[in-house]
Amino acid sequence: MSINRREFLKRSLTIAGTSLLSGGAIAHAANNPDPSIFSTGNTANEKNWKLWVEKSEALAPVKYGVLVDTTLCIGCRRCEWACNEWNNNPNRPVKEFEASVSQQKSVFNAVRRMHAGNFTVVNRYISSKDGKPIYVKRQCMHCDDPGCLSSCFVDAYRKAKNGPVVHNASVCIGCRYCMVACPFDVPAYEYYAPLNPQITKCTFCFDRISKGSVPACVEICPAGVMTFGKRDDLLKLAYERIGMRPDRYIDHIYGENEVGGTSWLYLSSVPFHEIGLRTDIGKTPIPELTKGYLIGVKMFEIVGAWPLVFGAYYAISKARKKANAGHESSAETEGEGHGGKH
Amino acid sequence: MAENTNSWFREKILLGKSNRDYIASIATPGNFIAGLIIIFGVIVMIYRLFFGLGPATNLTDNYPWGFWIGFDILVGIALAAPGLTLGTAVHLFGMKKYHHFVRPAILSSLLGYIFAVFALLFDLGRYYRIPYLIGWSWGLSSVLFLIGWHFTLYIIICIIEWSPALFEWLNLRKFREFFNKIAIWATIFGVIIAGGHQSALGGLYLIAPAKLHPLWYSMFLPVFFLLSAIFAGICMVIVESTITHGVFKGQLKNFNQAEFDRRTIGLGTAAAASLFIYFILKIFDLAHSDNWAYLNTFYGFWYLVEVIGFVLLPAMLFASGVRNGNAKLIRLTGFLTVFGVILNRLNVAIFAYNWQFPASMKYYPKWMEISLSIGVVAMLIVAYRFIVNRMAIMHDHPDYESGH
Repeated sequence: MSINRREFLKRSLTIAGTSLLSGGAIAHAANNPDPSIFSTGNTANEKNWKLWVEKSEALAPVKYGVLVDTTLCIGCRRCEWACNEWNNNPNRPVKEFEASVSQQKSVFNAVRRMHAGNFTVVNRYISSKDGKPIYVKRQCMHCDDPGCLSSCFVDAYRKAKNGPVVHNASVCIGCRYCMVACPFDVPAYEYYAPLNPQITKCTFCFDRISKGSVPACVEICPAGVMTFGKRDDLLKLAYERIGMRPDRYIDHIYGENEVGGTSWLYLSSVPFHEIGLRTDIGKTPIPELTKGYLIGVKMFEIVGAWPLVFGAYYAISKARKKANAGHESSAETEGEGHGGKH
Repeated sequence: MAENTNSWFREKILLGKSNRDYIASIATPGNFIAGLIIIFGVIVMIYRLFFGLGPATNLTDNYPWGFWIGFDILVGIALAAPGLTLGTAVHLFGMKKYHHFVRPAILSSLLGYIFAVFALLFDLGRYYRIPYLIGWSWGLSSVLFLIGWHFTLYIIICIIEWSPALFEWLNLRKFREFFNKIAIWATIFGVIIAGGHQSALGGLYLIAPAKLHPLWYSMFLPVFFLLSAIFAGICMVIVESTITHGVFKGQLKNFNQAEFDRRTIGLGTAAAASLFIYFILKIFDLAHSDNWAYLNTFYGFWYLVEVIGFVLLPAMLFASGVRNGNAKLIRLTGFLTVFGVILNRLNVAIFAYNWQFPASMKYYPKWMEISLSIGVVAMLIVAYRFIVNRMAIMHDHPDYESGH
């Protein structure tokens, strides 16, 4: 009895403590325990940035991509494990990842997103076609014209010639505007690092693919879900698959035109919005959304400024003349002079 | 020498009182409450600095921007627009009758911007890297870059505009004359700079059409933000002058109530006009984007509360107050409009953001976030009072000619 009570007290105190001391991020985590929210000290982004600085000139301008065939995914989550392993993110034994698919209570019960400590997640949806589960791997889409890049006010993002969007943690101030700008909700933030929090995101394994290898997630996949290759070839392959099995795939390649095209492409058996890929984001590249405004405001400031300046100069000199002509006339009725002595 | 310094300190800082008298004079219930609010704010600041944004706020990866951006920056900067509106009216349109409002307006802009940026430092993950933005790492394609630069420039402009009052206080006649001369040019550039970044705050959200509710997302967002900043600025002048004329009554020699009412009504005319223009544009935007269907939803009702209750209603109240010469109604409507602008900015930043999310995933501010923001507001008010009690803000300095 006393042990029970002690145990009960301990638990309720822990829960109370957690909810008192922490905010929504933890409260959210309490329903949906995802330790990657608390991760800090990411190294993969910085490492890949340094490599990009070194290699960017020498890269051949061939855009690579990955075709994700969601109809093949078995939900083993090995890609998550391999990603954590390669990028030195907090990891668990691979068996725990593999077990999720057969567990009654598993991470699949909630739709997850990328957090500070994981660059990729696999989510489960139920097919509207046959009621079977569909597993969908998510990670950075590596847009051709990335919104994060245009939104960054310290210019910390680059689109590498071979496809990856890389992030320069060494200039990032932590404004988190890129997280607002990203239509795929990819960049995550180390909210639990008080001094040196970073933006973290999938690097497309820039370090691996620029050496001729494939991304870690692609390499480990046992079901052949992901195909790494030149983006143009992947599009051809995707059309071939759709053409050969129109009953299996819907006639759309997600990422071909979404927000101007992305390096990662998806095939699906059901409409994409049913498997968590937003179809309301349009075909306009995200940077285009603010480009017109920025040109407008600069034009206003450069062109519109001069009439204002000259108009004001005219007004001032007129007022001065008036003041010189007679103090009474400028003093008006209030008994207060403007530009004149009183 | 020490005695000299002491007397200067006593004269300028302690308002000529001895230490003990001064402390006794500031030991009022109001100051006690303000002090308490500031202490709470400072505790949260320290907590944020030592433990990070995660424990101090309710921000998540889905809600990277919360109350600190919504209130401190979007609301704070909109309400710090008096310098823009009054500067334009008096210096560019030559409406000299309003020159009594200019110095308080400039001071509130200056303090508004300084404290908004101060609060922002706690929201930035690596606040110590601000110089990167101004110095060498330029993201020219970012709306936020424009804002960062404009904030910096505008604070400098406000300091120049305010410095004649500072040098009158320090009795440095030559500096005062110099800054008085360049102040008007600072005002002119200030109009351009302030107009640019007020609209840019709306422009920030142009990048997220999929995240902001269609009733609030619009290609006219920058125009809406600029227009509403204009009437926010005018209404803040009404609100501030109402408050300050009560609080600092002792400083106003030969104060003329009828004249003050006439000026308030004049400001009401401008507010009514800009509110009507804003309202018409809002309706035009609603029709242009064909968003009528959204009106009959929860978000739609809230939108109607904002647009009818806090735009159309104040516009009509202002119009009625002007017609009937009712300065009291105009003052009340000024408060109503300011509240409406606060509501609008919080709607855009928090309520309408990620509107597809279920209620359980939506963001609401943690008490620490609110505590810090209110603490900063209290600091602003204390600083405003400190300066107004010492410098010639509410009145012309007796030893100097009018600066306008």
